[in-house]
Amino acid sequence: MTTTSAGTVVRPARARTVADSPTVRRKQGFQHGGWFIAPFLVLFALFVIWPLLRGLHLSLTDANISGDGASLIGLDNYREALDDPLMWESLGHSAWFTLLVVPCITVLAFLLAMLAHHIERGKWLWRLCFFLPFLLPSTVAANLWQWLFNPGSGMVNHVLGLETPWLTDASYAMLAVVVTTLWWTVGFSFLLYLAALQGIPAHLYEAAELDGANAWHRMVHITLPMLRNITGLVVALQILASLQVFDQAVVMQDFGPGPEGATRTFVQYTLEQGFTSYRVGYASAISIIFFVIIAAVALARMWLLRNREEGGR
Amino acid sequence: MTTAAQRTPAAGPRRSWTPGQIVLTLLGAAVSLVFLAPLAWALSTSLKSETEAVGVPPHWLPRDWTGQAWTAVLETGNITDWLVNSLVVSVCVTAIVLVVSALAGYGFARTEFRGKNALLGVVMAGLMVSPAVLGVPLFTTVQQMGMVDTYWGMILPQCAPAAMVYILYKFFQGVPRELEEAAFIDGAGRWRVFLTIIVPLSRPSLAAVGIFTFISSWNNFLWPYMVTNNPDLMTMPNGIATVMNSYGIQWAQLMAGGLLAGLPLIVVFVFFQRQIVAGVAHTGLAGQ
Repeated sequence: MTTTSAGTVVRPARARTVADSPTVRRKQGFQHGGWFIAPFLVLFALFVIWPLLRGLHLSLTDANISGDGASLIGLDNYREALDDPLMWESLGHSAWFTLLVVPCITVLAFLLAMLAHHIERGKWLWRLCFFLPFLLPSTVAANLWQWLFNPGSGMVNHVLGLETPWLTDASYAMLAVVVTTLWWTVGFSFLLYLAALQGIPAHLYEAAELDGANAWHRMVHITLPMLRNITGLVVALQILASLQVFDQAVVMQDFGPGPEGATRTFVQYTLEQGFTSYRVGYASAISIIFFVIIAAVALARMWLLRNREEGGR
Repeated sequence: MTTAAQRTPAAGPRRSWTPGQIVLTLLGAAVSLVFLAPLAWALSTSLKSETEAVGVPPHWLPRDWTGQAWTAVLETGNITDWLVNSLVVSVCVTAIVLVVSALAGYGFARTEFRGKNALLGVVMAGLMVSPAVLGVPLFTTVQQMGMVDTYWGMILPQCAPAAMVYILYKFFQGVPRELEEAAFIDGAGRWRVFLTIIVPLSRPSLAAVGIFTFISSWNNFLWPYMVTNNPDLMTMPNGIATVMNSYGIQWAQLMAGGLLAGLPLIVVFVFFQRQIVAGVAHTGLAGQ
């Protein structure tokens, strides 16, 4: 590892006799390494690795919730899943939600951060206002917006002068979930952007100003390029989180699938299969499919990052 | 419009109200209003009677101010149980996560053993597993251990956060080795070095991990929802969403309950804003 070699580089500068003793001591220390990691490994093995392996095994069986009398049925669950219109539909809903939320949240978080960064007074106040909703439990945010989107006595329709059936019409239901999510979670990405903005060295702007660059030029040639990494991070985190959407959607629809099933997300579908229909085997199979999708997104990001690093050299 | 000297924060005396600043401040105020209005509406609703709450058209302030909804929520429901449960679960999860991930982060950063890199790769893969992704198999695992409807069943599955191990691993890698080597020469062992040098040095990172873990655990809905149906064991987000929604929604009470669930973190945030903002930003940025 690089740090190890960095450590060895330093040592020759010291007297040899002194240098030898820490080496010996460090060797003794290394034996303790396992103990440092052991508590985490136990929990990790029990609650991450084991469920993953168990899920793989269950996905090849026709297990029900009690786990008794399950027999291996090969890849039947997977075959069924690929032909299951409801699985594709719920996957589509989660993907559609992601497609709507990710660009909106990224742009909104950036704009809010620019605003909070450039107002010179009361910085703590803006930060408080924009970040506050993120501190609410998802279910509270969802209940609140369910109330706001209420057709009769809801404030959204009242303020906008509309009579939109937000929660009961299939074409609006997901939109309502998206708006709720934006309000609730944009604060997190906003903080990341704000931290990144504050990290841009002031001398870059000073130099640009001396060269006669106007505000627009400074934005395009300094701010945006300096924020590229953070944008990549925000987009990646949001994609992974949005694909796993569940809480807001179910709470806003009273734990149902929404009008014409319009807000049934993928996570909801796996839980319906596992806990309502008691088809643990089948639920495990579609969970594994979901895991593969999530892993593919995460790996794609790592691959993109590596490519860019190599391209930058 | 602004000079360089003005832009550096905290430099110079009070800033002047340039036209640009006035426009920006007004814009900021308007946006803040949009962000806060839903919360104000929740508060206003909670101070109405149930019949007034559902009146059409809605009006911003209650005509008859009443604390009925609040007393009803506090007296009839088991909201105090949920509050205690939330506290127990989040404090336990935060404490366990801090200890476990600090130890593991240090172990990965500073000790050598066979298969370390492979193990680190497995931990990275664990980043992609969550109750949302593998809920059903995770539930059957916990069921097998006999921990359904128990505190441990709620707590322990939240205590293997690969992300936090990764963040602290990255941080410990950046701590200069010379500090530790000096202590080794003085005859200190690994554990003493860890406790007396590493832990004090990494207080900001540990605080960040702790704050982030506490917020996510306090607000966690999905896992407690899966693992318990017992109203006595539910956490705040969970109880409000399931029990209060189950017998016909009483909006004034639901809003009062929601505010009660959100309030503890909001109060803490107002007092520790700087630390929490730094903690959340630090934890998020570590994903870079």
